[in-house]
Amino acid sequence: MAVKQRFDHRHILSLEDLSEADICLILQTAESLKEISERSIKKVPTLRGKTVVNFFFEPSTRTRLSFEIAAKRMSADTFNISASTSSIQKGETLIDTARNIMAMNPDVIIVRHSCAGVPGILADNIDASVINAGDGIHEHPSQCLLDMMTVRQKKGKIDGLTVAIVGDISHSRVAHSNIIGFSKMGAKVRVCGPSTMIPIGIEEMGAKVYGSLEEAIDGVDVVMALRIQKERQKDPLIPSFREYSRFFGITKRNIGAAKPDALIMHPGPMNRGVELDPDLADGPRSVILDQVTNGVAVRMALLYLILGGD
Amino acid sequence: MTGKAPMTSFQKMRGGDASLDAPLLFKNGRIIDPANRLDLNGDLFIENGRISWVRPSDKESSTVPDDTRTIDLDGRWILPGFIDMHVHLREPGEEYKETIESGSKSAAAGGFCGVACMPNTIPVNDCEAVTSFIKARARNGYCRVYPVGAISKGGKGEALAEFGEMRTAGAVAVSDDGRPVSDSQLMRRALEYCACHNLLLISHSEDLNLSRNGVMNEGPLSTKMGLRGIPRSAEEVMVYRDLSLAEFAKRPVHIAHVSTRESVSLIRRAKAGGCPVTAETAPHYFTLTEDAVEGYNTRAKMSPPLRTGDDVEAIREGLRDGTIDAIATDHAPHSDFEKDVEFEFAANGIIGLETAIPLALALVRDEIFNVTRLVELLSLNPARILGVEGGSLSPGSRADVTVIDPDTEFVYTKEEVVSKSRNSPFLGSELKGRAVLTIVGGRITFCGEEFQR
Ligand SMILES: [Zn+2]
Repeated sequence: MAVKQRFDHRHILSLEDLSEADICLILQTAESLKEISERSIKKVPTLRGKTVVNFFFEPSTRTRLSFEIAAKRMSADTFNISASTSSIQKGETLIDTARNIMAMNPDVIIVRHSCAGVPGILADNIDASVINAGDGIHEHPSQCLLDMMTVRQKKGKIDGLTVAIVGDISHSRVAHSNIIGFSKMGAKVRVCGPSTMIPIGIEEMGAKVYGSLEEAIDGVDVVMALRIQKERQKDPLIPSFREYSRFFGITKRNIGAAKPDALIMHPGPMNRGVELDPDLADGPRSVILDQVTNGVAVRMALLYLILGGD
Repeated sequence: MTGKAPMTSFQKMRGGDASLDAPLLFKNGRIIDPANRLDLNGDLFIENGRISWVRPSDKESSTVPDDTRTIDLDGRWILPGFIDMHVHLREPGEEYKETIESGSKSAAAGGFCGVACMPNTIPVNDCEAVTSFIKARARNGYCRVYPVGAISKGGKGEALAEFGEMRTAGAVAVSDDGRPVSDSQLMRRALEYCACHNLLLISHSEDLNLSRNGVMNEGPLSTKMGLRGIPRSAEEVMVYRDLSLAEFAKRPVHIAHVSTRESVSLIRRAKAGGCPVTAETAPHYFTLTEDAVEGYNTRAKMSPPLRTGDDVEAIREGLRDGTIDAIATDHAPHSDFEKDVEFEFAANGIIGLETAIPLALALVRDEIFNVTRLVELLSLNPARILGVEGGSLSPGSRADVTVIDPDTEFVYTKEEVVSKSRNSPFLGSELKGRAVLTIVGGRITFCGEEFQR
């Protein structure tokens, strides 16, 4: 079909809001924009005069930088605001904060926050477009889109593949977005981890739960390892990294169960030797660096589509 | 002034001119009084703050004094005054959310003649001085106020508070509401010590270790929304603990705001075995499910959290079969700036005094229980459980009366809210049935627009 598709979303809050067609359009757009990053002058004037605010309530270098580079490559003006304390501690409500940002008259606000739902609250209360750059343990849509872009590049498709996500599924916004996204695109998604890290009702989001790592990665096309933390907010989840690594770490030995050409992915930052063997992370099947490169392209595509470029 | 008559009016319990305490004759009401097994169409006469007589409409009324105010109720319901045994009035300490004056006014507007106020104020109501302060403030209010003292000093869960002195100052119960007692030995001693001072113990059953970091019911929806969950077990293990302690100590325990199916089952089984337990639930637990949280709606955030449809069904069954004895609102005012924030940072609780009657009436319309049971749940049982006067329309008793119009329909709007706070998930909802007159000690404290003179 040669019909040019329309992208009619003002905000990118959750993978749930995007249709299969929307996702295809984002990935196609990202592919065509990727070439810009390979030029010697890595800049196009597409978004000249537009203002993009990076509003990060939670420390993040990688995602913030990726969005910033994406905006700059398209000539948008960018501002970074980081707030390490929550708005309530400053005696200011989230809505007040949003109104203050609006004084800068931004076109897009990119939000990272430790609380689920914050991008949606901002979207409801301000005039600018909002992109969710990670909200609590809810979602991380641009990470999911860059993961899908990477898989599609390497495998030529997503439909029909089997993806295993291994680690703390309960507390991973990357896992949540990827389960929704990959399922929507026709992949089968398996999740695996210590039972303290598998949340109630994850099957309803489209994932199949596996208790053993060997079974989980048996015959899969993609293995995605998540960053592990021993405990979260005084909640003991695993006894030690050593024990985790012994039963759920991806190693050269157990990766044999996956397809011979299976991709190895990690959203970073990585605990080398805990969730993933360092040799695998740096080996030929690893696409971790492609993920970083594609991150910029996907974020350029989101800004471009949201700001109505044509 | 445009000359428009006021929509509704309020009178404080005390002060004002003598005409406020003139005799009252209610004619042509449906009088429902489970304590006296009455359900009849009739008249009720109040004089000198007490109920004089109740009689069927077809009987010839006896003569009444000249200064009597006669109100034709045209079939509306005359009920023994409603008592809400679980509210937060926020005074002392958080007067920006609510005061004893504003909270008691909200109670009057909702048809309540009395409220029991929980001790988690600032300072905590853990001693005679704070209890006396609340009683003194309540003299300037719109309904009776029954202070509930803290179980432990400072609500810290470490040492027993002075139950006897609080009782002397007017406390009717002790509770760990808002600050659950984790130490089971302290809970046991508290139950035993209540016996000396004839106090009820009201338990907010929550295992703080299990609920830690949680902000909504734990289940598929919390997973999908990326919010940390509070498992039902956080309530149920403590309900079981307190039932076991009550059984062992042979002392009554009252379980506050029951929210899960298993809690209802545990209480039902304990009652069948003779354990001296009573229980309450709040209108939101038999009306709403966790779905109300969708969209990160902080007006639906509370503790315990809203549960599932299955739990709602069990709560309704518990209300019907007598497992749950009372409906209490857990009226918990918070200002907008504590609710217009990230879901995880938002304060727990909702206001409830002004919406309890229509929400409870919905269950009567759904034939979950009948009107007699409604009166037991909102008047007779709370009075008996707290050991306070009220709950009946017996001649000679204090004239605390709630008159409701079960059929009037209204939209509960921000402008309509009488409480100082507006944190209700029912704002904008169409509700059916409400109080039209609230009478405390023979004086009309709340008068709906129908009866404006
Ligand atoms: Zn409570």
